[in-house]
Amino acid sequence: MTSKIALRGVAVLYLGLLLLAPVAMMLITTFAGGVGPVLDALTRPAFMHALKLTLIIALIAVPLNTVFGILFALAVVRREFKGKALLTALLDLPLGVSPVVVGLALVIVYGRRGEFGGWLADHGIRVIFATPGMVLATIFVCIPFVAREVIPVLREIGTEQEQAARTLGATDWQIFWMITLPAIRVGVAFGVVLTMARALGEYGAVAIVSGKLSGRTETLTIHVEERFLAFDMVGAYTASLVLALLALATLFLMQRLKPRGSH
Amino acid sequence: MSATGYPVGAAPAASPPSTTPASRGFSVGTPLTVGVVTAYLSVIVLIPLAAVVFRSTSEGWDGFWASVTTPQALAALRLSLGASLLVSLINAVFGTLIAWVLVRDEFPGKDFMSALIDLPFALPTIVAGLTLIAMYGVRSPVGINIAYTVVAVVLALLFVTLPFVVRAVQPVLVEMDKEMEQAAKALGASGWTTFRLIVLPNLTPAILAGIGLGFARAIGEFGSVVLISGNIPFETEVAAVRIYSQVENDNITAASAIAVVLLAISLSVLLIISIFERRSRKHDQ
Repeated sequence: MTSKIALRGVAVLYLGLLLLAPVAMMLITTFAGGVGPVLDALTRPAFMHALKLTLIIALIAVPLNTVFGILFALAVVRREFKGKALLTALLDLPLGVSPVVVGLALVIVYGRRGEFGGWLADHGIRVIFATPGMVLATIFVCIPFVAREVIPVLREIGTEQEQAARTLGATDWQIFWMITLPAIRVGVAFGVVLTMARALGEYGAVAIVSGKLSGRTETLTIHVEERFLAFDMVGAYTASLVLALLALATLFLMQRLKPRGSH
Repeated sequence: MSATGYPVGAAPAASPPSTTPASRGFSVGTPLTVGVVTAYLSVIVLIPLAAVVFRSTSEGWDGFWASVTTPQALAALRLSLGASLLVSLINAVFGTLIAWVLVRDEFPGKDFMSALIDLPFALPTIVAGLTLIAMYGVRSPVGINIAYTVVAVVLALLFVTLPFVVRAVQPVLVEMDKEMEQAAKALGASGWTTFRLIVLPNLTPAILAGIGLGFARAIGEFGSVVLISGNIPFETEVAAVRIYSQVENDNITAASAIAVVLLAISLSVLLIISIFERRSRKHDQ
């Protein structure tokens, strides 16, 4: 019994020192000078612009990856084709790639000195140091989440209901909207939450392709870094707090949507 | 009108039911679906990564080797590798311990603690770094200043990789049969002996899988490390930061060479895990 309490103590202490104390201290540091400076930081144009850009990027990347994730899961679970194992392995690839390498890869392909990037630049399309590059980087890092959540659900529900609907004359499209999608909706929602969290919080991959141009290609995470390096602690911690609140909302949704017991 | 907008009576007439064999699954526009997802993955992931590999050898193998073996690049790779290994070891011990407490113990605040485990997944890396600075940085309220040291690198990696082992071990522990443990205890084995001889062997695959995922994450970590480590060359500069500064200096080929080394390490770790998992799944059936 005493060993049980000792183990509990070690676990609580470890999490307290590693997670809870730093997060609590961040809150305290943010409001060290009262609420006024925090409100000032929240209404600064650079912050507003960063927030807006972050949301725009997420609103492009998340829907695209959601549609991709559902289609990917349908293809892998419901169809037989050559190279399926390879395609599945390819889906997990982004999980093993450093964010910095993602950025580097995009700079090589779309940078002005690359062949394709040069051609795009000649036609007036700018990818690197502009929003399209940041969107591509975000799509890259959160590509697997929806598919990974939907695949096991799709396996579990089987095809009986879909076949019954087909026998009754439903079209593919009707089957998808009326049978399949309602059955996998929790998996999709969980995947979307994970995708959204990663899209809003990505730093390394986006930073490297953004060029960090203040007021132009600065997302919230880059804004945090920029404020920190400018010794504006209130600005840095305020933007961090906004991101931390989004993370808390994510955790809350994850808890609500988690019926399967695993992550 | 039905929910999809089709007139209720019209759909059956539009598609005769008998044309599809019953064994066939459901499909949206196959084989178009397979083509679309393959194309999407190729354009977003595969082609850019292939470009990195291609670029790393654009000055031949000698150029690749020279970029990877500069003293500064070697020091950065060594630090990333060493710190990731150390972090894996600590995660194995504390991750398993925390999972054990979450599954086998009951106490007030346990649900909160369980939810807290996922925080590093949800919190942006740059914010993770900043929270650590608030607590253990230059202006530490408890007088522990580890900023710009190797300890800071290890701490940041511990923060971001915390959930991997816990979340891998937890479900296995939930499913595990308690009968053998009870038998061992009835025969007089101590708690530690029971854990070591009965529980641990069953948890090992999950612990290794968690370690592997955490390691693959740690070796390329950037955001949480970049502010608190100070990025001092030969001391606290990790591999990802080295790549970053090479890109900023327009040394794309050198950056690519280091990137390929990182890719090779983390992808082989992930490959080993997946082979391992497939084998144990076959074993279960």
